[in-house]
Amino acid sequence: MLKSERIKFLLFAVVVLLAPLPLAGGYLTNVLVFVGINSMLALGLNLLLGYAGQISLGQAAFFGLGAYGSGVLTTVFSWNPWPAMIVVALCVAAFAFAIGFPVLKLKGHYLAMATLGVGIIAHIAFNETIDLTGGPSGLSGIPNLAAGTFVFDTDLKNYYLVWGFALVSILLSLNMVNSRFGRGLRAIHDSEVAARVMGVNARLMKVQVFALSALISALAGSLYSHVMTFISPTSFSFHISVELLTMVVIGGLGSVYGSVLGALLLTLLPEMLRTFQDYDIVVYGLLLVTMTIYLPGGLVRVIPELVARFAPKGRRSDA
Amino acid sequence: MDNVSQIAQFLISGLATGAIYALIGLSFSIIFNSTGIINFAQGEFVMLGGVLTIFCISTLQLPLILAVAAAICGTTVVGIVLERCAVRPLKNATPLSLILITIGASILIRGVTMLLWGKDTQALSAFSGNTPIDLAGATILPQHLWIFGVTVVVLVANRYFFYHTITGKAMRACSFNRRAANLVGISVQRMVLFSFVISAAVGSLAGVIIAPLTMTSYDVGIMLGLKGFCAAIMGGMGSGVATVLGGLILGILESLGAGLVSSGYKDAIAFFILLLILFVRPQGLFKKGETERV
Repeated sequence: MLKSERIKFLLFAVVVLLAPLPLAGGYLTNVLVFVGINSMLALGLNLLLGYAGQISLGQAAFFGLGAYGSGVLTTVFSWNPWPAMIVVALCVAAFAFAIGFPVLKLKGHYLAMATLGVGIIAHIAFNETIDLTGGPSGLSGIPNLAAGTFVFDTDLKNYYLVWGFALVSILLSLNMVNSRFGRGLRAIHDSEVAARVMGVNARLMKVQVFALSALISALAGSLYSHVMTFISPTSFSFHISVELLTMVVIGGLGSVYGSVLGALLLTLLPEMLRTFQDYDIVVYGLLLVTMTIYLPGGLVRVIPELVARFAPKGRRSDA
Repeated sequence: MDNVSQIAQFLISGLATGAIYALIGLSFSIIFNSTGIINFAQGEFVMLGGVLTIFCISTLQLPLILAVAAAICGTTVVGIVLERCAVRPLKNATPLSLILITIGASILIRGVTMLLWGKDTQALSAFSGNTPIDLAGATILPQHLWIFGVTVVVLVANRYFFYHTITGKAMRACSFNRRAANLVGISVQRMVLFSFVISAAVGSLAGVIIAPLTMTSYDVGIMLGLKGFCAAIMGGMGSGVATVLGGLILGILESLGAGLVSSGYKDAIAFFILLLILFVRPQGLFKKGETERV
């Protein structure tokens, strides 16, 4: 990672760590917990969509598998949450790796439809395997995570727990996208044929990044189930996959911080629109359409441009 | 009811829903063939067909036939707006941005419909009564007959339009080679607009005739649209008999699966089939030939 990147990350980490202090564990802290979870999900999707150029409309499936995996193992089988989380994350990644080979052979619309199919099948399975998941009425009594006697049971504790995971994911992603692997992904994005000619194992790389994005999503799912202590299938529906897609597009395709920005905006938005309930779905749709047409680079690329345009010349810093 | 007549019953209802999937599949492939776009908002056209008809009948007190016509016109206008405002402004459209835009549009249409007409599930009364007709131990509803009739009419009209009218031929020319079509004086933009018009009309028609059987609400579009896409994929994205066959097979499998295995997994069956076909025969069940390799 470049030095400037490192400084940027440290600054970001400091902001994240200090953010809840003025809020004193209030309602907003709770919202920020979900911003953290959504950031991880958006980040996972962005690795796949923004860097490798492969769309997935089934991210909610991996999120749900992570959440239900942790939920079921800790409640029905009384596992300790930490090993459960690790086992679940690895299993989901292995599952994604396995289905990745046939799925990622498809391109464009077909890929979108296939991943969508995976997402919907998973959602139906969460609803129908009533013995394990409780079906539509959900699964409750999931324990909070704990380290020894320290239980993550308040919004503030959960904030640091979730953002700890999110920061690690962000750091890993930043390292990854600047590595040989990341360059390979971007080559695939621009032209898969050209990438192959240059010796990139496009097929394997696509499947690997698919598994990685599933792994991050599953971890986010586990965290979600332990933070919420209750999960139900509605949290893992097609709607969530689209929401994640909107976050990534609005924040900026192919930008790690863009995912966080997108997650922040789209998690806060419904809170702000609460008084006009139900309007948020219209706003999502409008955002997705207008952003794709007019600002395909996303907000992370627009904001520096605006700053550059309005800032006095000469003092312009490279953002 | 003994087993044979039970299965016959599943077959009949499967064929009826299958015919709907076929119509939606046709509407998918009409746009795909002239533009290369998979319109993810296609299901919303279907939903609008049903919802608008109910609105016209219950609130505007229009007679059925006028209500249906109004609903189809209304949906067609939405299709035109979608093409003009979302698809056309996009220069150098990549499949990804088209997917994002049509998904965005589908959410938008769904959201606006919900705000205007609420979240309630509504039923449209059957076109010609609910007296079941006995048929070899199984019963068939008059609405089933409507569905079969309309599907056949649409299929024939579709065939006639694409092979025997100038506009239809021009649209096919666009699907083969846009640049060549442009060079011989076909306005590609106009053909794209036409394809959205026809597709919206066919989709909404499907929505109207299924509404009495399955009820309708603002969110039925996703499932119906996806199953229509599944039918289109089975038919190899062609705009004819293959898609209809694909739809019928899907409907029958789904109905048998729901009846004999579990109704909860009904929708999962459709998607399982979709995945299987995408993995094994992405060119469709009845088509020979290579898929795109590069």
